[in-house]
Amino acid sequence: MKTLKNISFWLLLVVIAGVAVVPIVQGNVSMREDAFFILMLVILASSTNIIMGYTGYVSFGHIVYFGTGGYVAFYLMQTFQWHFVLAALVGGVAASLLAFLLGNAVLRLRGAYFALSTIGINEAVRAFVSNFEPLGGSIGMFFNFSMYDAYGGAKNAGQLAYYAMVVLALMTIAASFLIKKSKFGLGLMSIREDQDASMVLGINPSRMKVITYTISAFFPAIAGAIFFFKNGLIEPGPAFELHRSVEALVMVMLGGFGTVTGPIVGAVVYERLRGFLITNETFSNFHLVIAGAMLLLIVLFVPAGLVGWLRLRFAAVRRFLE
Amino acid sequence: MILSVENVSKRFGGLQALDKVTLSVNEGEIFGIIGPNGAGKTTLFNTINGVYPPTEGRIKFRGEDVTGLPPFDLSKRGLARTYQVVRPLGELTVRENVTVGACFGRENLPLEKAEKVADEILEFVGLTARNDMLASKLNVAQKKRLEMARALAARPILILLDEVLAGLNPQEVADMLGVVRKIREQGVTIIMIEHLMHAVMNLSDRVFVLDYGAQIAEGTPQEVSNHPKVIEAYLGDPEVAKRFLEGTPS
Repeated sequence: MKTLKNISFWLLLVVIAGVAVVPIVQGNVSMREDAFFILMLVILASSTNIIMGYTGYVSFGHIVYFGTGGYVAFYLMQTFQWHFVLAALVGGVAASLLAFLLGNAVLRLRGAYFALSTIGINEAVRAFVSNFEPLGGSIGMFFNFSMYDAYGGAKNAGQLAYYAMVVLALMTIAASFLIKKSKFGLGLMSIREDQDASMVLGINPSRMKVITYTISAFFPAIAGAIFFFKNGLIEPGPAFELHRSVEALVMVMLGGFGTVTGPIVGAVVYERLRGFLITNETFSNFHLVIAGAMLLLIVLFVPAGLVGWLRLRFAAVRRFLE
Repeated sequence: MILSVENVSKRFGGLQALDKVTLSVNEGEIFGIIGPNGAGKTTLFNTINGVYPPTEGRIKFRGEDVTGLPPFDLSKRGLARTYQVVRPLGELTVRENVTVGACFGRENLPLEKAEKVADEILEFVGLTARNDMLASKLNVAQKKRLEMARALAARPILILLDEVLAGLNPQEVADMLGVVRKIREQGVTIIMIEHLMHAVMNLSDRVFVLDYGAQIAEGTPQEVSNHPKVIEAYLGDPEVAKRFLEGTPS
């Protein structure tokens, strides 16, 4: 694989790992909490970008896999006392399986119809979970505090969850990069540009789309498992929250649709911006208005997103900024 | 025989787009398909390369029955085509467009080898200078070349060219004809739909004439242009008929 010899690939991973290590070295818990949340958004945005940015299928309800992974892992940990890492992996596989089965049906749809169907899937799964007693129904499930003893107490479990999130973020970004620069990724982008022409060029779009959708469900599912493990409580509302899905789309658009670094930049900028507006005295009451107006301006005037704009504007940037 | 189309019909609701078309193409030849607008030429291409299955009839490619196979399957077997209305992958670069063809075509190459093939092909069609441009930024003549390059990158055995000369100026037409001849010299069989009569008559070994979805004539360019039915259906105007017979540009 040529990508593994690519300096920008390693540089990107080293930068992310380096930044992620700072809160640990400084022993700053509140900073670690911020970083934990931002990394989670990076994972959600990057995996949405794999199906949306590379393949051109806007998965509006991608959060369904975050919730699914969270629920499966939570159930295994709570009911069968499975170890967190194993439960999270099984949660990821379960979500991928669900994506595989659903993908075979809904990926036949194009454009707005596909986007709508993914919202439908999210709402249907949420309604199912809310009424399914073994998963706690609308009340959800919670851990007995002693559950964390196996991990050396709640404090250590929080630390462990952070490490897990860092590793997962690195894996997601690596996967996104490898896909983008591979033959498979080229096929996806070809489908994005013109599915019918791609078919004539020898691409089997149904198969490639289903594989991609399956991959893009895996990472948010594990992120969900980690998030709810640390949270100690899972409910249908926060697990299948549609607006988080929409936020992930916004981050992708903000940073740069179809680029590797775009969703990362988008997630960080969006989260910081929102944090700033919410805590600022003048803006706090109408932070959403300002955020919305800014997004409107970006979509109108910089539709390629921040990274996309840099890549278009400066040819030299294209060599190292993916 | 590389391709044989046997009694193929295609119906869209009440419209009989193809009516029992039978033709066969030999290895290494340039086979021209002509006919008035709406005669079903592009539909015939779409049926041959699997965009939609024929309502009835069979299509054999290199001795194998390929009726109803999807386009990506036919592409892997060595059948490539260009579109009349160009379909560049707009947000990808010229080189990436051609690499897609090489990656997923007959040879199913890994990415790095496909990139090398793409460079060769771009040189061949004269687009090397535009390598890193986005495909959507090319002009019409360049897009036509790109369309051709992408199809050739698949290293096809048979290529279907759907009006590659349409919309080009005389110089560009001459250049493109040079490319078509070079493709044939490489041993690739060509079926071409063309409205530009002098081009199709000069290039083709055999010509097939469609009208209202049915065959009305087939033979060498000379035979076809003397065929009374062709003159009647295709060239009502005797003045045009005379120019057509002499093979001068219209």
